[in-house]
Amino acid sequence: MSRRTLLGAGGLFGFLLIWELVARSGVVEATLLPAPSKLPSTLISEVSLGFWHQMVLASLNHYLIGLISGSLLGVMVGAAVALFPGLDDVQSWLARLLRPIPPLAWIPFAIIWFGISETAAAFIIAIGVFWINYFTAYTAVRAVDPDLIELAASFGHRSLGARLRKVILPAAAPGILSGLRAGLGQGWMTVVAAELFGITGIGQRMNEAAGLLATEVVIVYMLTIALLYGLSDMLFVAAQNRVLRWQR
Amino acid sequence: MAAIVSLENIAATFPGADGPVFSNIDLSVGRGEFVIVVGASGAGKSTLLRVLGGLLPPSAGTIKHDIEPRPDRREIAMVFQEARLMPWRSVSDNVALGLEGLTVSRTERDRRIADALQLVGLADYGTRWAHELSGGQRQRVGIARGLAVDPDLLLMDEPFGALDAITRQTLQDELLRIWGETGKSILFVTHDIDEAVYLGDRVLLLGGTPARVVRTYDVEAARPRSRDGEEVGRIGTQVKADLSSLFDEGGGI
Repeated sequence: MSRRTLLGAGGLFGFLLIWELVARSGVVEATLLPAPSKLPSTLISEVSLGFWHQMVLASLNHYLIGLISGSLLGVMVGAAVALFPGLDDVQSWLARLLRPIPPLAWIPFAIIWFGISETAAAFIIAIGVFWINYFTAYTAVRAVDPDLIELAASFGHRSLGARLRKVILPAAAPGILSGLRAGLGQGWMTVVAAELFGITGIGQRMNEAAGLLATEVVIVYMLTIALLYGLSDMLFVAAQNRVLRWQR
Repeated sequence: MAAIVSLENIAATFPGADGPVFSNIDLSVGRGEFVIVVGASGAGKSTLLRVLGGLLPPSAGTIKHDIEPRPDRREIAMVFQEARLMPWRSVSDNVALGLEGLTVSRTERDRRIADALQLVGLADYGTRWAHELSGGQRQRVGIARGLAVDPDLLLMDEPFGALDAITRQTLQDELLRIWGETGKSILFVTHDIDEAVYLGDRVLLLGGTPARVVRTYDVEAARPRSRDGEEVGRIGTQVKADLSSLFDEGGGI
């Protein structure tokens, strides 16, 4: 095992140890800070009661709908704006106005438009993911080397479709993929908040548990989110490395 | 010699520019001929190739082709100064770029790629990525990509300009060998006069504002030539003298 791995494991273990000691010392009330040793049994009870997978599946559902629609729209609109100067001029002020609005600020409208529904949660997730992909796709397409576009044209690939297929999409792929990855994270950041107003999912379960001061349940779901994010990011990076295997 | 392409009174203007880059250009390339265009940077050499390659429409004049179009080949192919390889494609797939718009069967396509790579001495490099190649190898791939579409005319825009002196000489000799083996016509732009007189059957000097063909030199020295042969040296000296007198006139180059 390398020194790095050892130190990393040591850091994590040390953190858990200090946490456990502080929780057991009685300095902090047990409801304010549950001991980590209580977490495995809490997880088992959440799983056996059926809450855990119900909540995870529900959140995953909002997450995926929001992520896929936000990513697709973001990449398509961002790329289109980069390709057509007219669109670019039209969007410049509009994007500057709308982009800084945090996704959560859309919650009132999400509820007014879609009710307390899965669609509302997916909508909020999609907004954050959209802007990330919009700007990375825009930047990536703008940065495509015009010399390569000229090269493709000189070998007969002149139509918009041919330019997209032969040059623009593959050349912009690294940028677009890094945007998709950032959106993947952004989606998990908003999923909990989007569920806090009563839509079934991890966020709602955490809110419930917090109301009953069942803080160990809250922590189980915090760690669940971390696990899901880590897992999805790992899978994405594996896929990304395959697609971009031509890079050094 | 029958011309496969000729330009008559060609002028070209960049969008938004005041005057033309060049005007009244008359130029023809015979079948199998190796023609060189020299001139200082800014004289419109590259622009001239873009007009011939169909990348920039001329603002005046006519271009005549005597090339029979066929669906399985392109009449004209370009080789650029920076090899312009697509980093996301393997060497073979880079060579395939021009074949993708043509009606060529899979087997024929693979055969042409293999032949072109063989011709440039990179037969075993098909599966490599562009970033694994040296500058000279990248340029060879650029040439193979041009040859793969089986053009009658190869347009080469300072293809060796960015290479070190030794690689440049090697590739010049390789190009002469490929030219001999394939019989392609070549229009080659360079600012290196020694390169021009060593390679060309005919050298055109471009100069003035707007640029035009100032003078034409026929290099009749037998091939294979020696780089320091008498005729090559004499014409080279002449071109250099003419080029510097163009500078003295303040011809804007």
